[in-house]
Amino acid sequence: MSAALVVAGVSRSFGGLTAVHAVDLSLEPGERHAIIGPNGAGKTTLFNLIAGELAPSAGRIVVFGQDVTRLPPERRAALGLARTFQINTLFPNLTATENVLLAVQGTTPTKLRLHRPIESYRHLYERAAQLLDSVGLAGKGSEMVRTLSHGEQRQLEIALAIGGTPRILLLDEPTAGLSPSESQRLVRLLKRLETSLTLLVIEHDMDVVFEIAERITVLHDGKVIADGDRDQVKASPLVAEIYFGSD
Amino acid sequence: MEFWLTQAFNGISYGALLFLLGSGLSLVFGVMRIVNLAHGSYFLLGGYVGLTTAARTRSFALALLSGSLAVALIGLGMERFFLRRLTRQSLPQVLLTMGFALVFQDLALLVWGGDPYNIAVPAFLAQSVQAGPVFVNFYRLFIIGVAFAVGVVLWLFLERTRAGASIRATVDDAEMAQGVGINVPLLSAGVFALGAFLAALGGVVGAGFIGVYPGLDFEVLPYAFVVVIIGGLGSFHGVVVGSLVVGLLDNFGKALFPELSYFTLFAPMALILALKPTGLFGKR
Amino acid sequence: MTARRAIPFSACAALLLAVPPFLPPYPLTLLTQILIFAIFAMSLDLLLGYTGLASLGHAAYFGIAAYAVAILATRSQASFWVCLLAAVFAATAVAAVFGFVAIRAVGVYFLMITLALGMVVWGLAFRWVSVTMGDNGISGIARPTLFGVSLASPLPFHYLSLAVFLAAFALLWLVVRSPFGLSLQGIRETERRMRALGYDVWLHKYLAFVLAGGFAGLAGALWAYYDGFVSPVEVHLVTSVETLLMVALGGPGTLFGPILGAAVIVLFKNLLSIYTKRWLLILGLVYIGVIVLTPKGILGALRGARR
Repeated sequence: MSAALVVAGVSRSFGGLTAVHAVDLSLEPGERHAIIGPNGAGKTTLFNLIAGELAPSAGRIVVFGQDVTRLPPERRAALGLARTFQINTLFPNLTATENVLLAVQGTTPTKLRLHRPIESYRHLYERAAQLLDSVGLAGKGSEMVRTLSHGEQRQLEIALAIGGTPRILLLDEPTAGLSPSESQRLVRLLKRLETSLTLLVIEHDMDVVFEIAERITVLHDGKVIADGDRDQVKASPLVAEIYFGSD
Repeated sequence: MEFWLTQAFNGISYGALLFLLGSGLSLVFGVMRIVNLAHGSYFLLGGYVGLTTAARTRSFALALLSGSLAVALIGLGMERFFLRRLTRQSLPQVLLTMGFALVFQDLALLVWGGDPYNIAVPAFLAQSVQAGPVFVNFYRLFIIGVAFAVGVVLWLFLERTRAGASIRATVDDAEMAQGVGINVPLLSAGVFALGAFLAALGGVVGAGFIGVYPGLDFEVLPYAFVVVIIGGLGSFHGVVVGSLVVGLLDNFGKALFPELSYFTLFAPMALILALKPTGLFGKR
Repeated sequence: MTARRAIPFSACAALLLAVPPFLPPYPLTLLTQILIFAIFAMSLDLLLGYTGLASLGHAAYFGIAAYAVAILATRSQASFWVCLLAAVFAATAVAAVFGFVAIRAVGVYFLMITLALGMVVWGLAFRWVSVTMGDNGISGIARPTLFGVSLASPLPFHYLSLAVFLAAFALLWLVVRSPFGLSLQGIRETERRMRALGYDVWLHKYLAFVLAGGFAGLAGALWAYYDGFVSPVEVHLVTSVETLLMVALGGPGTLFGPILGAAVIVLFKNLLSIYTKRWLLILGLVYIGVIVLTPKGILGALRGARR
């Protein structure tokens, strides 16, 4: 069985600054994996590299056996890669339903059809309603995104990512800015996701990390300093010193 | 041979005029990313104000000064009270500058009427001399001289003064510049006024040569853009190169392929933009 | 279309169909002009309001089609339909070429490159005298006789324009309400997310650009027959910017807004010039006023007031 995601020796520099240095990562299909590390450790940069927004200075990225290193984000999405953003990256002047519709049709040829009104594609609307329901936004479909609360927008952020039925989901600090109860709801949502879905999560909230993740990678100064299962990482003195100590 | 030399000389002198016109636009674009459709109007108004000053005071020097300063003030007003409200909103800015261009056009028509005028230039500039194979028009030399002088002063200002350094920093990265403590709003106002000043100066100088007449504003506007685009948005060297290239291309184009002369000018511009969106020497 | 929209829309459509025979010639020709520019403005709205691309050179496609009609109608025996088709085809073809060059640019650079491309066309129209007659323009474009009816008089031509307008509106309405139309809006809102969701943003923008060019060409072809005269003004920067104003004034991203904007600007220019010589000054002040007072256009302001 081939790995869902392989990051091999990936580095990225900006001028003289090396944000990510020779990072190796490997995820099996269905794995729940977290990336933790202090601010500035290079976590979001790594996500941008995996998603295709940035090109690596060195290394390869392989998704389900296909080398995607040279592919732009949209081609990786077509292969089943989806992501959320640390800061809500939604469509503010469209309704919640329209936001989700865009996600649902994004990996289908329907997105280029211009001869029929979108309302006539009932199955898209049904799926959109389903998705809104699953993230707790049932009934909010016709509201403009910019009128939704931060918590609701964060939920929509997830809905967009899973709308295209991805095989790998990258979540960038999904609980950022959420209240404890909202975080809990999000964790429940993540736990309910398909077991075949591979999950890679950047998180600062260690409770969330330990609840969701089976394996954890610790990043510091752009390098992987620890990689193992929950207990291994919990027990690692190196991690405790660098990560918890400097928090 | 005579033909080539004459055309080259004419092209260079036209390029000199275009340098005055384009340098302001390039600076404004570089610092504020504004597409100013009223830039041609500055050229026109400068010419008209200079014209009236010259007629009243019989002083060409005063005409140059008054035209440039008056329009600089107008530019300052435009930036301070209107454009500043729309920072980084490209389309509204463009529409706003267009509105002003129309207002200026009609006001100029109202004040100066529909007839074309030429500024009365000092006698010694109105002569021509035969220098070998080339017929050297003193006024063309004057234009080249003014452009050269302005160019040197501008270069010294940009490269050797604190203010100039601030401008160059803001062209490179406006956010960073603000972060470093540069007063970007004040700088923007100043640069905009400077841009208007330069264009208006070009207008007065041009008034002694191509004259000043209704419609001149929209005639020179495309040239300003071509210069800036070919040379590079926000690049001083770019404007020097761009204005020379355009001046020469335009002259030779008109002389050799009159029917395609605008095409030979605008097509390279479009091509350059297509390959390098910030122009030949432009910065991102 | 929601019920709330359908009623005023049907009322307007009914009026448009029923009223013309009762209008005196001058108001009738103004109405025809409004319809033609409404098509032009709607085409730009597809680009600006829905895709978020502000083009400073949209008049190029309007003018190319107008010139195509002018040249074919005055120098060949081509029928009306051939002229019309050739004109729209020419506009679309040029948009396809220009789009290739322009679409990679974003924001203010897109403004610049479309400005440059528009000037290329204007430069040709102005100087290529042997083909375009330069500044003198091409005159004598005769109105055809269709289905036995001569379009030389205002009323039959108006109904032709109305038919074309309604067809254009229906097609554009379909496009903006389709999945493709929603994709364009997504691109306008947040390009970055669209890429992450799997969209080939360049392709969508390019198609929008070409479609917009085609519809602008349709308007241009009609204009040539309407005016009987085509000159470089049709492809001038001023015309491009004026159309931008129509869209901005009426309310971008609505299709109805540009129609409203076209009506306001056409009426303004034509009627105002009767009463004052300073109509250009007032138009300039309108530009300034619109931008300063109603950034979302008239429709946007009305919507905001309703809330």
